[in-house]
Amino acid sequence: MAHGQTAPGILAGRLSSEEIETNFSDLHPPYAPHEAAVAADRCYFCHDAPCVTACPTDIDIPLFIRQIQAGNPEGAAETILSQNILGGMCARVCPTETLCEEVCVREVAEGKPVEIGRLQRFATDVLMEAGTHPFVRAAETGKRIAVVGAGPAGLACAHRLAMLGHQVTIYDANPKPGGLNEYGIAAYKATNDFAQAEVDWLLKIGGISVECDVALGDGGLTLEGLRGEFDAVFLAIGLAGVNALRAQGEDKPGVHHAVDFIADVRQADDLLKHPVGRHVVVIGGGMTAIDAAVKSKLLGAEHVTVAYRRGASAMGASKFEQDLATSKGVKLMFNVQPKQVHGEDVATEIELEYTATVDGALQGTGETVRLPADQVLKAIGQRLEGVPDALHLNGNKIAVIGAGRTSVEGVWAGGDCAAGGEDLTVTAVAEGRDAAMDIDATLRA
Amino acid sequence: MADLTTDFLGITSPNPFWLASAPPTDKEYNVRRAFEAGWGGVVWKTLGAEGPPVVNVNGPRYGAIYGADRRLLGLNNIELITDRPLEVNLEEMARVKSDYPDRALIASIMVPCEEGAWKEILPRVAETGADGIELNFGCPHGMSERGMGSAVGQVPEYIEMVTRWCKTYYDKPVIVKLTPNITDIRKPAAAAKNGGADAVSLINTINSITSVNLDTMSPEPSIDGKGSHGGYCGPAVKPIAMSMVSEIARNPETHGLPISGIGGITTWRDAAEFISLGCGNVQVCTAAMTYGFKIVEEMATGLSKWMDEKGYTNVRDFVGQAVPNVTDWQYLNLNYIAKAKIDQDQCIKCGRCYAACEDTSHQAISMSADRVFEVIDEECVACNLCVDVCPVEGCITMEQMQPGTVDPRTGKRVEEEYANWTMHPNNPMANAAE
Repeated sequence: MAHGQTAPGILAGRLSSEEIETNFSDLHPPYAPHEAAVAADRCYFCHDAPCVTACPTDIDIPLFIRQIQAGNPEGAAETILSQNILGGMCARVCPTETLCEEVCVREVAEGKPVEIGRLQRFATDVLMEAGTHPFVRAAETGKRIAVVGAGPAGLACAHRLAMLGHQVTIYDANPKPGGLNEYGIAAYKATNDFAQAEVDWLLKIGGISVECDVALGDGGLTLEGLRGEFDAVFLAIGLAGVNALRAQGEDKPGVHHAVDFIADVRQADDLLKHPVGRHVVVIGGGMTAIDAAVKSKLLGAEHVTVAYRRGASAMGASKFEQDLATSKGVKLMFNVQPKQVHGEDVATEIELEYTATVDGALQGTGETVRLPADQVLKAIGQRLEGVPDALHLNGNKIAVIGAGRTSVEGVWAGGDCAAGGEDLTVTAVAEGRDAAMDIDATLRA
Repeated sequence: MADLTTDFLGITSPNPFWLASAPPTDKEYNVRRAFEAGWGGVVWKTLGAEGPPVVNVNGPRYGAIYGADRRLLGLNNIELITDRPLEVNLEEMARVKSDYPDRALIASIMVPCEEGAWKEILPRVAETGADGIELNFGCPHGMSERGMGSAVGQVPEYIEMVTRWCKTYYDKPVIVKLTPNITDIRKPAAAAKNGGADAVSLINTINSITSVNLDTMSPEPSIDGKGSHGGYCGPAVKPIAMSMVSEIARNPETHGLPISGIGGITTWRDAAEFISLGCGNVQVCTAAMTYGFKIVEEMATGLSKWMDEKGYTNVRDFVGQAVPNVTDWQYLNLNYIAKAKIDQDQCIKCGRCYAACEDTSHQAISMSADRVFEVIDEECVACNLCVDVCPVEGCITMEQMQPGTVDPRTGKRVEEEYANWTMHPNNPMANAAE
């Protein structure tokens, strides 16, 4: 089974079980209580704190950190979760380096922010380990709401609606709820099956039923049907489609969508048995590209390259993510675009063309370079798919006004499928929560 | 290198850092380690009268309060005087003094308030060769319930009486250690002087409960579910100690009386501050109990370097240098007008100054939409709270207004002349004749 890192092709068992275990352990190990107290003491409890403004869910960060410092992590967790019900996952996956921690006055002053993400994780871990759910439902309203998509936006919306006394049914196309938290987040950021544990904890509020393996448009699930059966509908269907490379040889075996690769790794029972190429080339410049590249490396690929068509500063992945990738041995290659995948029967090489920006437009220079590539992972973006015709679009996403109101009465949308906001877990949570408040206000009007 | 050799009451020691009478000086083993580590002197753990020694509790003796990262800020204790036989202590003291003739060795004593008790113990202490004695009139726990320690220190007449007995039956220096658990520290200090004391040392520990266990509802340290107030010490008590020291130093009745400063001294700077307020040397306990005896190296090198910078060649050069600047509130210059100034280059925009001023003070700091914080001179009374809460040292400063300019808060011209409350028109007691 021990193929080693240099065996050609896409193979499992490149590393020992010890190496795999080490590689896929927690990226940021949790704080011990004393560490948390010391880290919390660094917070200056800023007035009208910039970190709160930077948080898409407006968590009262100075307050929850002060609660940790004062030995009340459960209270801290409640402060967090009252704004962001997926505060546990967000503590793990938020790009804090471009959100709260970027604007922390200590980052500005010393280049060393208060570690808000890790503190948030400490607080939410304490509460979730205790297994308690601090929120209770209001009196039943008798209203029923359908939520399509059990990802961060759908879960946040459902929880808030349930809390307000409504009955919620969540539909999801996948076998498990969680959306990208379950199928998309890098394994080393959400260890110990945290995504499912968080969903189970969230559902303790009551009043929410989850139906999996049901997608909009099949099995009789239609927007019109849902509108007829429920008092309101919230669409959080994410971006189910993946973009094509438009490069020759894209259909050769060995070329995969990065999102599928990431999902497979997340769902794998035994990572030792999960295959990966010797030479992996990831096409793209976002978080998905970085996650796929790092995972390939951690699985034992000998060489992993991220090929991005623009420069480092234009990359969707943050500097932190870029540094994470390079620290794991991933090579970042800039200003190259895929031209052709070569190979007799399967991919063996990729030909990249250098790019330059001329008159504001990116174009190939004609100069090419060929890299060995027995596995090519495409991470050049996801797109909206399966959206009901009745909905107006804004660009290539569902058009919304206010707190997620779509062009169809009684239908709200949020998360990655809706226009506006960054495609982040935390943004999706905020949109789901705010849509719930608007749905509630509308139904009570 | 400045010479740290100190002469206190004719007792010389290689530096002004003595270990206070406390657990670190309870026996020969510890004291030898202290001297090897470089301490200038020790005040041996308090001796009691001949006979069966006192007993200590068998549960926790200490409680603490902490800053971040468990930095010990305050410690309290309910330990009593030495619980070892008098004979053993005296033998050890004699041996140690003989082996370390250049170090100061002082015997702390606490016996009942009867002339016979003191008359009996003093010759035996003298036989050890100790350089002097310190009368423990300070311990606030346990022994005070038996009419000793702070029970004596709270009655100036007793202090004077016992001091006089000691000066009668002992011919080396007598230091009187004072309790801070009293309303006016000047009274016991004057009593000690009147009794013939060569010096006072202060402060002893402060009555305290460090915390309450909210599960058992017992004060800490807890002995079988009960607690008793202990004596508080450590960095937290330093400001209280310095105030008391300064009161004695500037009181005409006791001015010039040598003082051995005690109370939270942890670094060379703490020591220098106590000395500037009139102390001829200092005694340390909690810092040693927290970090071990090695801290004296930092204290000695730090003090020496600072003295070199200032041109002081001997500790006595700056003893009491700050005393003339300690005054009563009524004599502070009311014509000294300052305004807070925020250095925008240093400001990290946390807004703590704004919150403090806006919520709890004079609404004298403005905040813009892009988080620029500025002082409103029309409102600023120069209270200094913004300086105190600012996390960046030196970012906010108090700038004196120059005479002749107009204070925008009052609309009045800043006068050059010194003027205090005793002269102020609002003061009904002001001398009308002036």
